[in-house]
Amino acid sequence: MSLSAREFWGVVHGMVLGALFLLAYGGGLAGLYSLRPDWVTPAGVRERLMRLKLGAWGMTIAAWLTVLTGTWIVYPWYRAKPPVDADLRFFPRAYLLAEPQRAGWHTFGMEWKEHVAWLAPILATAVLYVIYVYGEELANDTRMRTVLMVLFTLAFVAAAAAGLFGALMTKVAPIL
Amino acid sequence: MTAVEHVGKALAALVAAGIGCAALGVLTTLAELSPGLKSVLNFYDPVGPLSGKTTVAVIVWLIAWYALARRWHARPPVMTSALVATFVLIGVGFVGTFPLFFELFTAH
Repeated sequence: MSLSAREFWGVVHGMVLGALFLLAYGGGLAGLYSLRPDWVTPAGVRERLMRLKLGAWGMTIAAWLTVLTGTWIVYPWYRAKPPVDADLRFFPRAYLLAEPQRAGWHTFGMEWKEHVAWLAPILATAVLYVIYVYGEELANDTRMRTVLMVLFTLAFVAAAAAGLFGALMTKVAPIL
Repeated sequence: MTAVEHVGKALAALVAAGIGCAALGVLTTLAELSPGLKSVLNFYDPVGPLSGKTTVAVIVWLIAWYALARRWHARPPVMTSALVATFVLIGVGFVGTFPLFFELFTAH
């Protein structure tokens, strides 16, 4: 039982960091939603704020590591140009574009995934920063909390679109 | 930190994030429109133009964040206007990175 270097980085990029991102999003969203002074005591607000910060840190770090490993480590293997007479199964981009029935996985799926994913870490970083700037005051500011929940969710949507196409494309054209 | 300062800092971070997202969307679309720009954005050949689009967008985001934080730290903008701008800019980012949109501009 073993993984090649490419498979290892594919797993780190798509499964390990992706799962961490999902967990952190759930925790962060629940933390923002429940950070209300009418629901918890002042001590409870402090405790929830700590959990919220942990969730936001987790989501932000996972988002950055996912796009950095995806763009700079995994993506070059995906888009490598095959030499003449090469087995295209080892060159996923060329393999997909070689058949019109498969080309959409690249022209739509990969083109969307590789770009939209980068919105997630930018948005997650902004949310994390605002949580620190506001601190416990966030519990009293319903509008800012709502804005942060929407931004957190947009970051999740961007990452989920990228993750979904990543998972589907790994089935059609795995990086071997 | 005073209430004014934290509102200014928070809005600077949010609008700058919108600017960063919009920068990526605009660069993605412009790179389709202009093969010359696409070539300029090819900072690292194994990654292709994606290397330049994402690097430039991140730099634009960080510069915008720094500039807005300096400007708004003592005098924050009207919150509603800043939040509307943030969401419009994020929308530009989502639309500009959507293939069915940016491929409308692909140079042939």
